[in-house]
Amino acid sequence: MPHPMPPLAIRAYTATSALGCGLRAHADALAASRGGLSPNNFSVAPLDCWIGRVAGVEEEPLPAGLSDWDCRNNRLAWLALRQDGFTDAVHATRERYGSGRVAVLLGTSTASIGATEEGYRRLDHGRMPADLHRPVLHTPHSLAGFVAAAFELEGPCLTVATACSSSAKVFANAERMIRLGLVDAAIVGGTDSLCDSVLFGFNSLELVSPDPCRPFDARRNGISIGEAAGFAILERVTEPNDAPLLIGYGEASDAHHMSTPHPEGLGAELALRDALARAGIAPGDVDYINLHGTASQKNDEVEAALIARTFPTHTRASSTKGFTGHTLGAAGILETVLTLLAMRDGRVPGNLGANEPDPLCGPQMAWQPETRDIRIALSNSFGFGGNNACLAFAHAGHAA
Amino acid sequence: MSAALSVWVKGFGLWAPGAADWHAFRDIVTGGATPTATERPMADALPPNERRRAPESVLLAVAVAGQAVHMSGLDAATLPCVFASAHGDQVITDYMCDTLARAPTELSPTRFHNSVHNAPAGYWTIATHCHASSSAISGGEDVFGAGLLEAATLAVADDRDVLLASYDIAGTGPLGDMTSTTGPFAAALVLSPRADGAAIRLDITPEPGNSGSEAMGDPWLDGVAASNPSARSIPLMRALALARPTALRLPAAHGLDLHIDVEVAA
Repeated sequence: MPHPMPPLAIRAYTATSALGCGLRAHADALAASRGGLSPNNFSVAPLDCWIGRVAGVEEEPLPAGLSDWDCRNNRLAWLALRQDGFTDAVHATRERYGSGRVAVLLGTSTASIGATEEGYRRLDHGRMPADLHRPVLHTPHSLAGFVAAAFELEGPCLTVATACSSSAKVFANAERMIRLGLVDAAIVGGTDSLCDSVLFGFNSLELVSPDPCRPFDARRNGISIGEAAGFAILERVTEPNDAPLLIGYGEASDAHHMSTPHPEGLGAELALRDALARAGIAPGDVDYINLHGTASQKNDEVEAALIARTFPTHTRASSTKGFTGHTLGAAGILETVLTLLAMRDGRVPGNLGANEPDPLCGPQMAWQPETRDIRIALSNSFGFGGNNACLAFAHAGHAA
Repeated sequence: MSAALSVWVKGFGLWAPGAADWHAFRDIVTGGATPTATERPMADALPPNERRRAPESVLLAVAVAGQAVHMSGLDAATLPCVFASAHGDQVITDYMCDTLARAPTELSPTRFHNSVHNAPAGYWTIATHCHASSSAISGGEDVFGAGLLEAATLAVADDRDVLLASYDIAGTGPLGDMTSTTGPFAAALVLSPRADGAAIRLDITPEPGNSGSEAMGDPWLDGVAASNPSARSIPLMRALALARPTALRLPAAHGLDLHIDVEVAA
């Protein structure tokens, strides 16, 4: 088991999803138990399902100097970056440490593949049309490359693409780089936008529900796909202040199957134990867990059992995918932000979408919103290919 | 100045058009052999049925990972792994974009689940029963340096041996025009925070600026290096094959190189 780690300060954070742009929209939606899913109107021939679509992304082109990077995914990232004073916080971080001492570590599952799809829909004599003849877009690194370019950062720049755990794992990358002194701060987070690859891809696996998703409902029948972008700035804890803390993380592999989780949740449990060990905490210390809870048959079954057997009743747990849909590679950062808001506001989000609780679920489940002090919280993110991550956060002032 | 990261190399793996494994590559680099025709990468860590069905990216990544771990004598089940690729499986991405443009509901579920960037990491951890952390990263054209930095950071930060495999396959179709990846290549290293008898140490320090690459003066090496983002590792892999103390720079990001001192035990 790993040693406890020194906590990192989360200096700034923000998210944009189907719930709206920025922290206030998300906090308001959680408080009102108001979800953001809507009938699918995306793509040329929309599938009969529900999606978590961000309104207005199409009307937000990138600034002229960044137009080579223009595509739906980077527009969504740029929209998110301009909320909650985040852009200013990045500039201040670069000023403070220098452009080479700030890492850009971002998760995505499909990056700007939507632009590649678009090119194939309107090929010019069998080749990419001239307006999409932009190699920087047709690679998984498009998002991280764009963010580094937009802020003129020249430190380590990494894309993590481990499907649905991507933008959780970047917190681990950042912690290692900061602890070893390779950088002084990191921009972490991720973006995934709606595209045909994931809509028709998950549909081909028969994992998409025709209804709004119902995480942990006994009659759940699949996921709703959403899009989101979220970002955070991590740095060492220096002086006492009101920044929430990253206190631990865990990463592990199922070694079981490419598209279904380990039946006993082995990798998920190893990631959880790893996170608790790095945080130096026990299950009973955890006040809230934001679950992966995709509303797929298997994920929820395995995760419900893991929570029921590991945590006491006073640990509260819920999935927020009923609010936002499954935002895939952006789920880690979006749900980190929702977890930090829950901690900030002392509100456990209700597990929106479930009407008939799966009997596998333990008494930890918060089916309705609850008001309570949250000092320590976890966020679970489990991906395709059996790739598991768990993050641990603490309220400002937590004594390690 | 001391290096930011020091790691020992316990195993090497490589596949290039003309060199089917590390030993073939070393024999070419050290002057005794010429590149020979190569066939499908030998991904013998996979069970035979998976090996038949696996896409090219998985075969290539698993082949070099298997070579490096075998040479290290370590148990793959215990090794955290970092799989790095600029573009993932471009053949599948080309298929998906083509199918989505014509008949989206006909998309193959198998090819979709093989399209994820972490498919090689998934197949590798399943085949080797590895429950340690696994990652799949990209760094664009600088993917090998970005992966080396990440793997060395993980080895030192968690005090564990780590597997790095960097692979890219040739592009095809309109996407292939964009990625300019004209041939397949993969390289793997097992990195350790401890010597444990390993002969070669890498002292790695990130440094500002991109110095650009110099031709090595060998047409085959230079050709392979220019064909594929993961093959930007060739100057390092060549230095490791020659087992001579060397200093070199590899790009890890836009505006960031890694200065690498290759140290060889006497």
